[in-house]
Amino acid sequence: MSSTTTASSNELSQRLDPIVQRYQGKKGITIPLLADIQKEYGYVAEEAVTYVSKKMDISASEMFGVATFYAMFRLQPEGKYVIRICRGTACHVQGSASVAEEVARHLGIEEGETTEDGIFTLQHVACLGCCSLAPVMMVGDNVHGLLTPPKSIEILEDYRKKG
Amino acid sequence: MSQTIVKIGMGSCGIAAGARPVEAKLRTLLEGHPEIEIRKVGCIGLCFQEPLVEVEMDGKSTMYGHVTEESVEDIVKEHVLGGKRLDQALVLDSDGSGMENPRMDKQVRIVLRNCGIIDPEKIDEYIEREGYDALKKVVSSMTSEQVYTEVLDSGLRGRGGAGFPTGLKWKFANLSKGDEKYVVCNADEGDPGAFMDRSVLEGDPHAIIEGMAICGYAIGANHGIIYCRAEYPLAIKNLNIAIEQAKERGFLGDDIMGSGFSFDLKIKEGAGAFVCGEETALIASIEGKRGMPRPRPPFPAQSGVFGKPTNINNVETYANVAWIIRNGSKEFSKYGIGKSRGTKVFALAGKIAKGGLVEVPMGMPIREVIYDIGGGIPDGKEFKAVQMGGPSGGCIPKELLDTPVDYESINATGAIMGSGGMVVMDEGTCMIDVARFFLSFVQNESCGKCPFCRIGTKRMLEILDRITKGEGKESDIDLLLELCHQIKDGSLCGLGQTAPNPVLTTIKYFKDEYMAHIVDHRCPATVCPSLIHYVIDPEKCIGCTKCAKNCPVDAISGEIKKPHVIDDTICIRCGKCKVSCPVGAISVE
Repeated sequence: MSSTTTASSNELSQRLDPIVQRYQGKKGITIPLLADIQKEYGYVAEEAVTYVSKKMDISASEMFGVATFYAMFRLQPEGKYVIRICRGTACHVQGSASVAEEVARHLGIEEGETTEDGIFTLQHVACLGCCSLAPVMMVGDNVHGLLTPPKSIEILEDYRKKG
Repeated sequence: MSQTIVKIGMGSCGIAAGARPVEAKLRTLLEGHPEIEIRKVGCIGLCFQEPLVEVEMDGKSTMYGHVTEESVEDIVKEHVLGGKRLDQALVLDSDGSGMENPRMDKQVRIVLRNCGIIDPEKIDEYIEREGYDALKKVVSSMTSEQVYTEVLDSGLRGRGGAGFPTGLKWKFANLSKGDEKYVVCNADEGDPGAFMDRSVLEGDPHAIIEGMAICGYAIGANHGIIYCRAEYPLAIKNLNIAIEQAKERGFLGDDIMGSGFSFDLKIKEGAGAFVCGEETALIASIEGKRGMPRPRPPFPAQSGVFGKPTNINNVETYANVAWIIRNGSKEFSKYGIGKSRGTKVFALAGKIAKGGLVEVPMGMPIREVIYDIGGGIPDGKEFKAVQMGGPSGGCIPKELLDTPVDYESINATGAIMGSGGMVVMDEGTCMIDVARFFLSFVQNESCGKCPFCRIGTKRMLEILDRITKGEGKESDIDLLLELCHQIKDGSLCGLGQTAPNPVLTTIKYFKDEYMAHIVDHRCPATVCPSLIHYVIDPEKCIGCTKCAKNCPVDAISGEIKKPHVIDDTICIRCGKCKVSCPVGAISVE
C-alpha cells in the first residue's frame, strides 16, 4: 500500500492528537479509535492509521486487520450520500435484488463504488430492521421503504437535485 | 376530565413510514394548546399500519393508522379538539371495536409491555408503569441466590435463539470467582428478517437497563456493556438518554438506592459483523479485536470480557427479567408449554398481510401466528413456507404449519427458534434462490477461521448458483448433503455449525423444486433469471410502446399500435416491461 497523499506531520497531529488523547491508556479501544478516524477523514485513511498506531503503540497491521474485518469501515472516501440497500431476507423475497440491480445500472456503479461526481456511494447491507416496509434502502440517514425499481430511481434523483 | 394525550409512533419503522412530517404537522396544529400533551412513543408492533397516531381522552384510547399530513388535520380538528371520534382508519380502540383489536387481544405482552405506550426518552413514564420496582425489590430484599433462583424457576430461556436456561447461566456466573465481573447485553441483532431487539431498545430502553442491573446483582458484577449494532442509531440514542436518566435517579452508579450495590453501564457500538452475535466473537469485538470466535471452554461465565467472568444475554431475555421479579416466576411460567415458558416476540415479515411485531405465549401453532395474527398471505396467493431462525434456521413447509412455537418443536422441523424472525414466503418465492441467498450471506459473514465454514460454504454456494442457472446435476443434491454434514461437524462456532440448515431444510421439504431446476431446467416460482423468459402476448398487446421505452437494454421492438416482441437473447430479466405494461400483456414463463 502506498499513500497517495502526504500530509504534513503538523496537520496530522492537529487532526489526530485529540483522538489519541481520548483513548490513551484505555483498553479494547481499536474499534472506536478507527471509528473516530473515519469520522474525521470520512474513511480510514492510511496515513492516519500509521500516525495513530505509532502514538498508541498498536501495530498498524492490527488496526488494518480490525478495519477490514468489520463492514462499518471503509478504506476509500465515500460520496455525499451513501445508499444502503437492504439485502435482508424480507427485502430479498420482496424483490430487493431487482432494486439493487436497477440502482447500480442507473448510477453506473457496482456495489462498494462511488459515482464519478462524488454524490452517491452504493452499499448493500445485511438488514436494516425495517422488514415490514420491505424492500428498503437508506440514503444518508433517511429510510425509504416499499420500493420498486422505478421508485428507487425517483428517490435518488430527488437527492441528486438537492445536490 | 382527564388530560388529553396524543401519541405518535416514532420508532425507526414509524419514521421510515413517514411519521416525521405527521409529527411536525401535529405540533403546528396543536401549537396554541399547551394542555394537550404530544408524546413520541416507540413501535407498538402494528408496523403495517404506520404511521400511527393514538388519541387518549376521557379514559378512552383510539388509534388511527396510515396517518398522513392531511388526515392528521381531521384527527386534530374532529377528535382531539372536537371530541368526536373518527370512524375511518380506526386501528385500535380501548372499547375493543378497532379492526386490529382481535389480533392484539390474542397476544400476551411481557417483553413489549411498554413499547408504543411510553415515551422512551422519559424515565418518569417508565417508572409510572412500575419501572425499577423490580430492581428496588432485588437490592433491598433479595439475595443474589434468590434472584437467580427466581429467574431459573420462571423457566426463562435465552431468547437469542439457543434457549439455554437463563437462571442457570446466571448461577454459573455467580459461582465463578473473580473480583470484577461483566454483564453484557447482546444487541447486535444481525439476523436478517428480525427486528424485535431494535423495537425494544428504541421503545423501552429502561427495561434493558433494569434487567441488566438485576443480572449484575445476581451474579455479582458491577459493570454492564450493551453491544449494539451501529446500524440502529435511534436505539443507541435512546439508550444513551435512558442511561443518563437512570444515573441521575440513582438506578445506576454507586450504591444504588442505598443498598451498597454499584453498577455502571456503557454502550459499545458494533461495527457490522454477523459473527459477533456469537458470544465469544462478541467478547473479542468488545476487546477491540477482530470478532473471531474461540473454542469453549472456557465459557464466558469463567473467562469472558478481558478474561473476567461474564454473563451474556440477548435484549429480549433481559427485557423479561424485571417483569418476572415483579410478578413472580409462577406468573411467568403460567404461559407456554413443556420446557418453553413465557412468551416469544416474533417479527413477521415477507409475504404477509399484517407484518410487524407480535408477542405470543409459547406453544401457539405457527398457523395461528401467521393467519390469525399476521392476517395470512396477501393478494390471494398460496402460502409456501415460513423461514425461521435466519441464516442458522430453516424453511418450514405448509404441512408443518400446525407446529407449536416452542424450542423443541421448532428444532424438530430442522429450523430453529432463533431470535424470532418469521419471514413468510408464498408461491412466488423460489426455495433454491432462498437457500442460495442464505448461503451467500454466511459466505460473506464467515470470519474465515475454519476451512469448513470458509471454503465449504463457498463450494455449496457455487453448486446452488449452478442449479439456479439450470446447470445442476442430479448428483449435486448428494454432494450438497455431504458438504452440509461436514460443515456442521467441522466448524468451531454456531455460524458454521448452522450455516447448512437453510439448504438441508429446503432439500428435505422442497426436493421437487430442486429436481425441477436440475432435470427440467425450470424454475416453478419463475424467479431464477436464467430459467425464465419474458414474453408479450400479441393478442393483448396494444402497441403502446411503453415497454420498449422502459427497457434498459433495448430488447423490445415493434411498431406503434402493433404487437411488440422481446428479444430473449438481449433481455436481462429486470421485469420493467411487465410492470410498465398497462394491459397485462407481458408474462413470465
